[in-house]
Amino acid sequence: MTLDPDQSGPASLLGHARRGFTGTVQALKGGNAPSSLSATELESRLIELGFVEGARVEVLHEGLIGRDPIAVRVENVTVAVRRREAMAVVVI
Amino acid sequence: MEAPLYNIVLVGTPNCGKTSLFNALTGSRQKVANYPGVTVERKQGFFVTPRGRQVSLIDLPGTYSLRGRSPDEEITRDVVLGRAKGETLPDLVLCVADATNLRLAIRLVLEMKHTGRPMVLALNMFDIAKRRGIIVDVPALSAALGIPVVTSIAVRKGGISDLLGLIDATAASDAPPAGANDWRPHSVAELRATQREADRIIAASVSLPARPDTWTARVDAVVLHPVFGLLILAAILFVMFQAVFAWAQPGMELIAGGFELLGQWVQATLPAGLLQSFLQNGVISGVGSVIVFLPQIILIFLFILLLEDFGYMARAAFLMDRIMGGAGLHGRAFIPLLSSFACAIPGIMATRVIDNRRDRLTTILIAPLMTCSARIPVYTLIISAFIPAKQVWGWINLQGLVMFGLYAVGIASAMGVSFLIKFFMWRDHAPAPFMLELPDYKLPRLKSIALGVYTRAMMFLQRAGTTIFSMMVLIWFLASFPQAPTGATDPAIDYSLAAIIGRFIEPVLAPLGFNWQIAVALIPGMAAREVAVAALGTVYSIEGGKEAAEQIGQVLATKWSLATALSFLAWYIFAPQCASTLAVIKRETGGWRWMWITFFYMLALAYVASLITYNIARSLGAG
Repeated sequence: MTLDPDQSGPASLLGHARRGFTGTVQALKGGNAPSSLSATELESRLIELGFVEGARVEVLHEGLIGRDPIAVRVENVTVAVRRREAMAVVVI
Repeated sequence: MEAPLYNIVLVGTPNCGKTSLFNALTGSRQKVANYPGVTVERKQGFFVTPRGRQVSLIDLPGTYSLRGRSPDEEITRDVVLGRAKGETLPDLVLCVADATNLRLAIRLVLEMKHTGRPMVLALNMFDIAKRRGIIVDVPALSAALGIPVVTSIAVRKGGISDLLGLIDATAASDAPPAGANDWRPHSVAELRATQREADRIIAASVSLPARPDTWTARVDAVVLHPVFGLLILAAILFVMFQAVFAWAQPGMELIAGGFELLGQWVQATLPAGLLQSFLQNGVISGVGSVIVFLPQIILIFLFILLLEDFGYMARAAFLMDRIMGGAGLHGRAFIPLLSSFACAIPGIMATRVIDNRRDRLTTILIAPLMTCSARIPVYTLIISAFIPAKQVWGWINLQGLVMFGLYAVGIASAMGVSFLIKFFMWRDHAPAPFMLELPDYKLPRLKSIALGVYTRAMMFLQRAGTTIFSMMVLIWFLASFPQAPTGATDPAIDYSLAAIIGRFIEPVLAPLGFNWQIAVALIPGMAAREVAVAALGTVYSIEGGKEAAEQIGQVLATKWSLATALSFLAWYIFAPQCASTLAVIKRETGGWRWMWITFFYMLALAYVASLITYNIARSLGAG
């Protein structure tokens, strides 16, 4: 099950978010991300860095090449993730 | 009867100020070793509480959970649970949280509570939290968590008195409320539930200001800018290398002058003969030519520790992730590789933060290509002897520029090797994730930095006093015996064992422009790279006779061609000449295989690079 990033609905993936995006974590879907980690492991690590449902997120910075990785403010912590892994975070 | 040693372990998330609290509690009463069987650093310190209780404190590696995904995190888990070999079950777990960043820390505390060990929580950096308008209701937090909570300011005098009082109180209560251990790895649902509970507790007992740390945000706006950020990173590295070359000069001249005076004093005091030659040529000129580089080593460690404490290292990893990803490296590899500029050994050990085995192996293989501080003596000597100290483009020192170039070649070849490894060996694997907290900037703690630089400087001096000293004695012996027959016309060294060995290897190295003196110097250089400089010093000073008191650099300038000098520099960019690095690689990779791979690939690169450099330089007329 993948979410279409371009769909007109309000939910989108953090992996597609541009600098300046603000929103709230709606769900974690580890299977969404083309990561080398298993869905469970990826979700565990995201939670350990503060990505739980309801957490406010803001994309603060983007890298030079392919706008990757991104620096995301999760509540009051700043976390660097690659877009690849950020695909597991559904934001609204 | 004296109370038994009270065992406390320090647990906390990365960047929570755990180490500065450790330093504040124990001062310099620390010892660093390894846990048996693994290469995780075991930092233990001792202190006495106000009421006179003897305490042993262990600083455990930072972790976000007890799941144990890397060797470091496994140690933290095993020590807390009393499973680690040779460790006693801790009497008290001292959790440390950065008071400005409680979210992840409180989740860890809630998970730790399952272990049933007596716990206290120290809210560190409480002064910064207060300044930012973060108000913590400490009694409410303590009630919600069910453990004692104190505030602490590790960097300020008296900032840990509450903590010491609490430790005394806990140690005095005879039956600590140790609960049952029902900890097991949390499932995703449990992690989520715990984080929710943590958020609930924080919402009830902590009031956060509307505005976050604006200072960090403002600095990051520039430092993490896709273009300016990289330019700043390049500028920082450039300044660092210029500084190592230029700022260290006065200190180095002072030390060199001191050893020269000492040598002259020995020459004037002792009768000419074997003892005088041993002290002057073997000990003083040998060891002295290495100790001279102490100022540079202090400077490079100072820069690295400052950047780490400031919080810049994680930013550098962020900026470099994709660039290094192009070479098949993980962004986290940046920190180990940057440490390798000081020394490959801590660098290789720092690869433990990379939890993916393939990424870790690649990083270990290329770490020795980063120009370590032991190469600085070699580079400095050759550069100052052969490269004119003139200014180019008005302000850049040409010698500094060449130094920068040598570092750049090292980095470029490391990237190239990494790319080849990834391409040929691990092409089909998806890259490991890059997930890293970017901590708020903190003003570096001077005391902590001073302690770090001091430890490194002492390690260097200790090496100079042991490994390097014994190698110098060996070189002096080889260069002095057998002695020249009476009536010999050639310099005495031509009859020595050193000359025999050197001439034996010389044919292999001749295509690189190396003479037999270099061949001799390369052998003890296996023990430590900087020994080669000392060995050259000894060989040439014995050979030189009257020139003995002169600077080794001036001697080389008359004996070597520019092509030989450049070839020697090229050799040292790649040469695998450091027995301790190879030993660490063997230990960290768990076998001989990767050690030999490293050794032979570097040797091959060194030979080819020198061959090319020498021939190009000769064809340009530098022969």
